[in-house]
Amino acid sequence: MSELLEVRGLTAGYGATQVLNGIDFELAAGRITAILGANGAGKTTTLRALCQTVATAGSIVFDGQQLVGKATENVVRLGVAHVPDGRGTFGALSVEENLRLGAYVRRDKAGVASDIAHMYARFPRLKERRGQQAGTLSGGEQQMLAISRALMLRPKLLLLDEPSFGLAPLVVAEIFRILRQINEDDGVSILLVEQNARLALDLADRAYLLETGRVALSGPSDAIQRDEAVRRAYLGY
Amino acid sequence: MEALLHQIFSGLANGCIYGSVALALVMIYQSTHHINFAQGEMATFSTFIAWALIQSGWPYWGAFAATVAISFAAGVAIQRIILRPVEKAPVLTNVIVFIGLLVIFNSLAGWIFEHTIKSFPSPFPQDSALASVYFSAHDLGSAAVMLCVLGTLYAFFRFTKIGLGMRAAALNPESARLVGIRVSWMLALGWGLAAAIGAVAGMMVAPVVYLDPNMMSGILLYGFAAALLGGIDNPWGAVLGGFIVGVLENLLGAYVIGTELKLTVALVLIVGTLTLRPNGLFGKAVVARV
Repeated sequence: MSELLEVRGLTAGYGATQVLNGIDFELAAGRITAILGANGAGKTTTLRALCQTVATAGSIVFDGQQLVGKATENVVRLGVAHVPDGRGTFGALSVEENLRLGAYVRRDKAGVASDIAHMYARFPRLKERRGQQAGTLSGGEQQMLAISRALMLRPKLLLLDEPSFGLAPLVVAEIFRILRQINEDDGVSILLVEQNARLALDLADRAYLLETGRVALSGPSDAIQRDEAVRRAYLGY
Repeated sequence: MEALLHQIFSGLANGCIYGSVALALVMIYQSTHHINFAQGEMATFSTFIAWALIQSGWPYWGAFAATVAISFAAGVAIQRIILRPVEKAPVLTNVIVFIGLLVIFNSLAGWIFEHTIKSFPSPFPQDSALASVYFSAHDLGSAAVMLCVLGTLYAFFRFTKIGLGMRAAALNPESARLVGIRVSWMLALGWGLAAAIGAVAGMMVAPVVYLDPNMMSGILLYGFAAALLGGIDNPWGAVLGGFIVGVLENLLGAYVIGTELKLTVALVLIVGTLTLRPNGLFGKAVVARV
């Protein structure tokens, strides 16, 4: 299996505060990888570093291209779609406008139109609310919109920051089911940041555990799940 | 009654101009949260370009189109070259840059085109069947031109991909970058559009107030009052604010305070709006999480 993403010695921070102290990880094409860890471990910052929305150093090679030093909009144009914390939808714009914005860098009009139809088929609730302001949707609907918006890019890699955050368990289950579908049907690689370790390990093939800006542990998800000591120490279940 | 109607209609005609200046201010405010104090002087300079083109024998509408195009390009260039380096600087830095631009454009206009007052032609006929005692053909014509500008802008923002991208960049620059929008270029486009709108306003007002380097200074104040009154983040509010300011200014000037104190109306409106209703009549209250 070829590596889609290779991260080496990645450091990142905000002003004088360094959050990532040199992490290494890789992501296989077509797989789901999870980054776990407590609050403040650097999970969100890792995703921000991949998108270059935070000051970074080190090396991030995506699909043969070095991302460090690139402008965010150019990283996106390489096929990296990010659903940030807070979801990154445009609350004042309509559902359909949000989807069109997701495909902003694409030139194939017919493909965009058919992808919008495809999203509506996958998320019928969004179709019902296509003309509605995105800010008026429920939390679950907004998360679905955020994921659809990201998929409109036809990304090679989908970055998700805590897709379960603030949602009811039933809605979370639905969203994780759809994520698996997206990975299997569309072949999109997924990098998932989660606090809900049990959920994330069920979905992911491989996981990295961050602790204060370092990788404390990594391995196949089922191995981590089986290791009771690790589960108790790091994952709290 | 006749006189009152006359005052109202000529107020509406002025209101068109104030509305378009307000619209230009709103264009830049929406995406940068700055008020471009140089908007008026940029418009005056554009009008001088149109004047020079017409003097050298260009037909009116040819000169009009060329001026709008030149102003758009100049607006984009000003943002790219002068404002981009201070994009992340504090507000005060930007204010100083705006004042610098104001002085530069004012002095350039005086230096190149001299301070003598010039007459500027109106593209609309002196007498027309549509004109009446209440308003001239130029009043009607400039109102029509402004409505065209508004309609075009609306269609641009509503129906084109770049228009959608500009709205997204203004609403949420961070998220806009994450869908691949080049936010900084969207700001430049906003400056270009504002400069082009200002140029149209300048060319429409010049036949009425005559052309000199300080032509727009008073009008910018009314435009500012209009934008604030309508809500500085609302393009429709800006235009409506323009009409309200135009009519108020005329009525108060004619019946209450006299023409010498007309400009005070604008200042009173600005202070009044800011103290009583800071978001304007149609603006949205900004709620921030802290």
